[in-house]
Amino acid sequence: MSKAVPLPVTRLIEALSRLPGIGPKSASRLTYYLLRAPDELSHTLAEALSELKSQTRYCSVCYNITEEDPCAICADTQRDSTQVVVVEEPLDVLAVERTGAFQGRYHVLHGALSPVEGIGPEDLKIGELVRRVQQGGILEIIIATNPGVEGDATAMYLQRQLTPLGVKVTRLARGLPTGGDLEYVDSVTLLRALQGRHEM
Amino acid sequence: MPKAERVFRTEAIVLRRQDIGEADRLLLLLTPDHGKFRAVAHGTRKPAARKTGHVELFTLVDMLIRRRGEWYVVAQAETKNAFLLLREDLVRNTYANHLAELLDRFTSDQDSSRAEFDLLARALGWLCEDLDPRTAARYYEIRLLALAGFAPSLHYCSVGQEPLEPQDQFFSVADGGVICPDHYFEQAHGMPISLTALKVLRHMQTQPWDAIKALHINTPLHLELERLTLAYITYLLEQRLQSVEFLRRLRREEL
Ligand SMILES: [Zn+2]
Ligand SMILES: [Zn+2]
Repeated sequence: MSKAVPLPVTRLIEALSRLPGIGPKSASRLTYYLLRAPDELSHTLAEALSELKSQTRYCSVCYNITEEDPCAICADTQRDSTQVVVVEEPLDVLAVERTGAFQGRYHVLHGALSPVEGIGPEDLKIGELVRRVQQGGILEIIIATNPGVEGDATAMYLQRQLTPLGVKVTRLARGLPTGGDLEYVDSVTLLRALQGRHEM
Repeated sequence: MPKAERVFRTEAIVLRRQDIGEADRLLLLLTPDHGKFRAVAHGTRKPAARKTGHVELFTLVDMLIRRRGEWYVVAQAETKNAFLLLREDLVRNTYANHLAELLDRFTSDQDSSRAEFDLLARALGWLCEDLDPRTAARYYEIRLLALAGFAPSLHYCSVGQEPLEPQDQFFSVADGGVICPDHYFEQAHGMPISLTALKVLRHMQTQPWDAIKALHINTPLHLELERLTLAYITYLLEQRLQSVEFLRRLRREEL
């Protein structure tokens, strides 16, 4: 970047462009917007950013992001601790919670296996899940990784790791998306929907 | 002046993908006639989007691509071959990752050609055959090395260029192929290669898949072949990456 740009400006642009979905152009636009905006916005943002890391941590049980350890779900004695839903990301916990249909607990992997991207089991909270199962008390692991190659690979790997421990391993049923036309559905999804059909 | 938009239809294999924005994916595509490029597939993290499921990793897809300057956008996508078994078998799935990774590492965006596309498309199919996937992986590696200009020398000693005798030999990654015992003992680098392994590699260099898959390859032989090809590939890629690093550095220093 040109020497005409002050260092603090360059630093923010570079930091912002490391965020997913933000290229150098958007990063510059955001930075110059903040320069023009009232000071209060920058202060709020700075405070929120520094607290984001200092005031949150991983739950030592489920590895969701939390303020208190253990998190509210793990601490809730009303919930069923024999069933654990395994998800890729913290946002997936919210998605399952919104259904209101699940009363068990969670485990967040923080990603999915992807050898081509260099993401292996040691980069995910898989060893932590295995140890959690080994400690006993869990009867069913419900794998809720995303449908797709990476989610499939992660599910198969988890099954290999967990089944020998004597726990029941299930995976969310995969079927046709609501709101989609049958003719646009890919063959893998259609085949799995066919395999998972049920009597009416 | 706005750049002209071009639309073209192509077959493509999804080599890599990453999530971007709210619900989009950035795909790394390999195509027969347009090389390797990145394209945005809008909305494909939403289950009900039309293209979702048709932009999966390691699948063969018919695509309509809109190009504007350096930007490619997937306008339509329809799966031609999902290579279903790769989705049901973790080991085969991991081999598919390996094939895609090698292709990505051995080709730059411009120089990938129809031959590489055809090889990968067929190799994904071989991985789905009822056969040890290691055979398909080794065959693919040998063919890819040849396309990339790194075919190992298997008939002549890579140091002295004399024809090889029918006996156990040595393989030198630095010399790019087999070296005879005499030259091995002179320069003392290389690893042993059995006559059987050498014969299988020679077959792989020249024979079609149907002939290769009929070969009986036992586990020790598989392990030997794997050790040899992976040592050679690792050596080449490290060399290559170092040169890429240096080129980047030169470019930086030019600025
Ligand atoms: Zn928790
Ligand atoms: Zn020699």
